[in-house]
Amino acid sequence: MANDGGPTAGERFIRGIIPENPVYRQLLGMCPTLAVTGNLQAAMTMAGATAFVLFCANVLTSLIRGLLKPHLRILVFTLVIATFVTIVDRILQAYLYQMSQQLGPYVPLIIVNCMIISRCEICASKQSVFRAASDAVGVSLGFALALASIAAPRELLGDGALFGFAVMPEAMPQWVIMLLPPGAFITLGLLLGGANWIGQSLNRRKAATE
Amino acid sequence: MAEAEAKKTESQSRPALEVAPGPHVHHGALTTRRMMLDVIIALAPVLLVSVAVFRLYALKQIVLCVACCVAAEAVFDLMRHRRPKIDNLSAVVTGLILALSLPGTAPWYVAVVGSAAGIGLGKVVFGGLGHNIFNPAMVGRAFVMICFASAMGATAYQDETSAVHAVTQATPLTQLEQTGETTELWRLFVGNTNGSLGETSALACLLGGLYLLIRRSAAWQIPAGVLLATGALAVVQNAMNPGADWTAAHHLLGGALLFGAFYIATDPVSSPLTPMGRFIFGLGIGALVMLLRVFGGYPEGVMFAVLLMNSVTPLINRWTIPRPVGGPVERKT
Repeated sequence: MANDGGPTAGERFIRGIIPENPVYRQLLGMCPTLAVTGNLQAAMTMAGATAFVLFCANVLTSLIRGLLKPHLRILVFTLVIATFVTIVDRILQAYLYQMSQQLGPYVPLIIVNCMIISRCEICASKQSVFRAASDAVGVSLGFALALASIAAPRELLGDGALFGFAVMPEAMPQWVIMLLPPGAFITLGLLLGGANWIGQSLNRRKAATE
Repeated sequence: MAEAEAKKTESQSRPALEVAPGPHVHHGALTTRRMMLDVIIALAPVLLVSVAVFRLYALKQIVLCVACCVAAEAVFDLMRHRRPKIDNLSAVVTGLILALSLPGTAPWYVAVVGSAAGIGLGKVVFGGLGHNIFNPAMVGRAFVMICFASAMGATAYQDETSAVHAVTQATPLTQLEQTGETTELWRLFVGNTNGSLGETSALACLLGGLYLLIRRSAAWQIPAGVLLATGALAVVQNAMNPGADWTAAHHLLGGALLFGAFYIATDPVSSPLTPMGRFIFGLGIGALVMLLRVFGGYPEGVMFAVLLMNSVTPLINRWTIPRPVGGPVERKT
């Protein structure tokens, strides 16, 4: 069951970033993607917190994979994830209080982020620790990239800034809608469409050359 | 099993019938282009009044919106590898209606962003003309209204230093909400008040609307429903506040009600298909307009009313499927 074929650690790592990007290809983890991408700082904090939880959960799940009972596995995954989410939540409250206030309920909600449970189920519960860890790093990078790609245009248009630093000229009008929930849906929709469009034209080019 | 076999052979022995989706009857002259041309002709009195009242403010907004809508249509069509369908004039109509629903004082980027959002998010992402759920002009207006609240809010309409007389006053509905003052009926009828460019003159909207109805480019059930619901609710509201200066007639002539009823709500793509459905659609818009005017935070509610009713159009279509000739078809279960 463990190391018989399947993608190697390197493949897992690469796949998580672009080819199987959690947001753009798998449409997982939509809640933080829509809710905390109003500015880059919040988005990157969320990506970091999710990365920590995903890495720890994947490693621990992989370590205890021999003990898992099939009918209880989801429960065990959730408890493992909840443990690390609590740790992250406490750390944020202790050292980044403002950010923790801004993220509000979305940090505890990492527990129900499907992306993490899916990695535990698909990869960590069946693979060695090294593969599970590299998978977690790849997927986390993909998630961080996706959050940044949504947060950057929203903050740029809505606030004229990146990471809180004003980069656009003063005269530029602020597109308030981009900071509000409709802005999240519009940006995600357009970017998803764009990603699919690029993917299709790449596939077509590949088919044409073969 | 034997029964199924028999059915199978029966269906195979039937004559081949060509089945194609409607419409089956074509009329050479009834084209999208002709309908859009009718709307443009019907908009002529409104355009004239708006230019007469708002001068260069109106001209600037109209030219900008039409140019941007046509350009957006061309660009987005080319992105989808389609021939740009500018010649059916639908982008021009969207631009005109968007321009006439904006305040004259709105800066240039409001028109540009509104046009691009209206055509792009309102129409092209759904698959182009005929597939859009919402009225493109109203999507564009809602986008800029939330986006640039300071340039589109009730106070943005007024510019006391302007050389154009109408722009120096508050709009009639804002005046009513803030100070309780009413505007004379005659001025609401003729249109020399402040407001969105196309909404001020009830007379121009009625003239153009009548032309649309006579040409049957717009369904009469929609404006009838809107006016009936608004009028009825306005009478009820007046009965509850006897002695109020803002009467039911003010409600009917003021604000964007007539402009919305005749030009915005009658968009054939985003309104229901059946006559009964159209009437229900109109009633819904009229009722929502009155609710938003009386209880809402914004002074006027035509835009949100139209967008809300657009979203239930498929539901209305399903409710009001007409009965086929010869009675309903019995479904064997």
